[in-house]
Amino acid sequence: MSGKLKIFLLLLSAFILTFHQVRASDAVAAGKEEPLNVREFILEHISDSYEWHITTIGDKLVSIPLPVIVYSKISGWHVFMSSEFHGGHAHEGLFIAREGEYKGKIVELDTAGKEIKPFDISITKNVFSLLFSSVLLIIIIMSVARSYKKEGFAPKKGFVAAMEMFIISVNDDIIKPCIGKDYKRYAPYLLTVFFFIFINNLLGLIPLFPGGANVTGNIAITFILALCTFFIVNLSGSKEYWKEILWPEVPLWLKLPVPLMPAIELVGIFTKPFALMIRLFANMLAGHSIILGLTALIFVTVSMGQAMNISMTVVSVVFSVFIGLVELLVAYIQAYIFTMLSAVFIGLARVEPHRKH
Amino acid sequence: MSLLTPDSGLLFWMLISFGIVVFVLAKFGFPVILKMVEERKAYIEESLFMAEKARTELDKVKVESERIIENARNEHLEIINEASRLRDLLINDAKTKAAGEADKIIENARVQIQSEKEEAIRDIRRQVAGLSVDIAEKVLRSKLAEKDEQLNMINRLLDEINISKS
Repeated sequence: MSGKLKIFLLLLSAFILTFHQVRASDAVAAGKEEPLNVREFILEHISDSYEWHITTIGDKLVSIPLPVIVYSKISGWHVFMSSEFHGGHAHEGLFIAREGEYKGKIVELDTAGKEIKPFDISITKNVFSLLFSSVLLIIIIMSVARSYKKEGFAPKKGFVAAMEMFIISVNDDIIKPCIGKDYKRYAPYLLTVFFFIFINNLLGLIPLFPGGANVTGNIAITFILALCTFFIVNLSGSKEYWKEILWPEVPLWLKLPVPLMPAIELVGIFTKPFALMIRLFANMLAGHSIILGLTALIFVTVSMGQAMNISMTVVSVVFSVFIGLVELLVAYIQAYIFTMLSAVFIGLARVEPHRKH
Repeated sequence: MSLLTPDSGLLFWMLISFGIVVFVLAKFGFPVILKMVEERKAYIEESLFMAEKARTELDKVKVESERIIENARNEHLEIINEASRLRDLLINDAKTKAAGEADKIIENARVQIQSEKEEAIRDIRRQVAGLSVDIAEKVLRSKLAEKDEQLNMINRLLDEINISKS
């Protein structure tokens, strides 16, 4: 083992030890803390929330309030900051449900005293992160494009050159071979999808504000992405594509009295984008959950004695670093796969009639 | 579970923001970049092609120029040879012509001299004959001044004629 690594590990364990003792003394000071509910802990971090929770120091909640925008059928429009809800207060008849069907969402009580969900377009954590990454992406790509507009096609340096290499590699290695002829029509959309997913994945890996939100691990986001691909695939479908779905070249008994194959093909139209949606959602969700689970390991083992806690802390940190690197890879791979499969589906939809031999 | 039910607010914002992102980037962002990269690629290809063409052209020109130089050298030699041949020819020609001319002039001179000489000789003869007749006359006149003599003379002449007759 090299000297540098030894020193690093020593420092790491010293740091963890101090940290641990501080935590332990806190626990002692606060009396008997209720054990950490890991499931709640993870779910809270990977799901959406109305404010950006940063940390809790003692009893004080440190968070960034975000605007709540709600339209209620009973009381009309409401726009206020989410800090109004602090301490479980209700504001203008609205409150965050603690349990039940709408747990964690803003609800109001109807005349019968039942919780109902108003039309809610609040800028939540995920929405804020989404808007932030969208603006960031537009700034990055437009600055690259502007540099091209200004200086023509002369070779670029630095960031623009790196982005160019990235864009061209996606264009030439994913989009071009998967769609084939006429790929230029779809390249801008697919490139946008790729970089949109990639930047959101990356921001999700950064634990500090404004990163860390689980944007691409949210089914609403992947649903819209998959929906766009679904429309583009089926709107660019050629005659041959629809013919292969509705009247495929299979033995007649598979099509005629019971349209078995057409039914399967029709289901296939929907399963393809559905798989895209679930794949991206589940992968990103799983990544976040693993990292959070490893972090929770530190707090769960507090009650198991110091030796156990220290050793598990080391394990947790080492694994977190490892999973963090894996997630970096996954961030790229998932963007790559989504783009590639979208391109493949578009390519399949633009199928030409088979040549008769 | 709430994880699997898409939230309406998030759907709404995603639709808007993703729509804007796609609109902006797919219209003003990526096409510009892709077009420029494509143009650069075309430009490089064209430049390479042109360079290759220029190179072959240059090679051709080089060969051509060498050929021209070679030709010029040959021509130069030929011209020099021709010139020296012509010079020799001219000199020889001039020499023979000059010799012929000189011969002719000499011949003419000789003929003229001859004719002049003959003329002079004829003249001298004529003068000598006249002179001798004159002298003879004078001699006769002086000798025949007296009568006797005249008679003697006539006799002698008569004798002579007689003798020659007889």
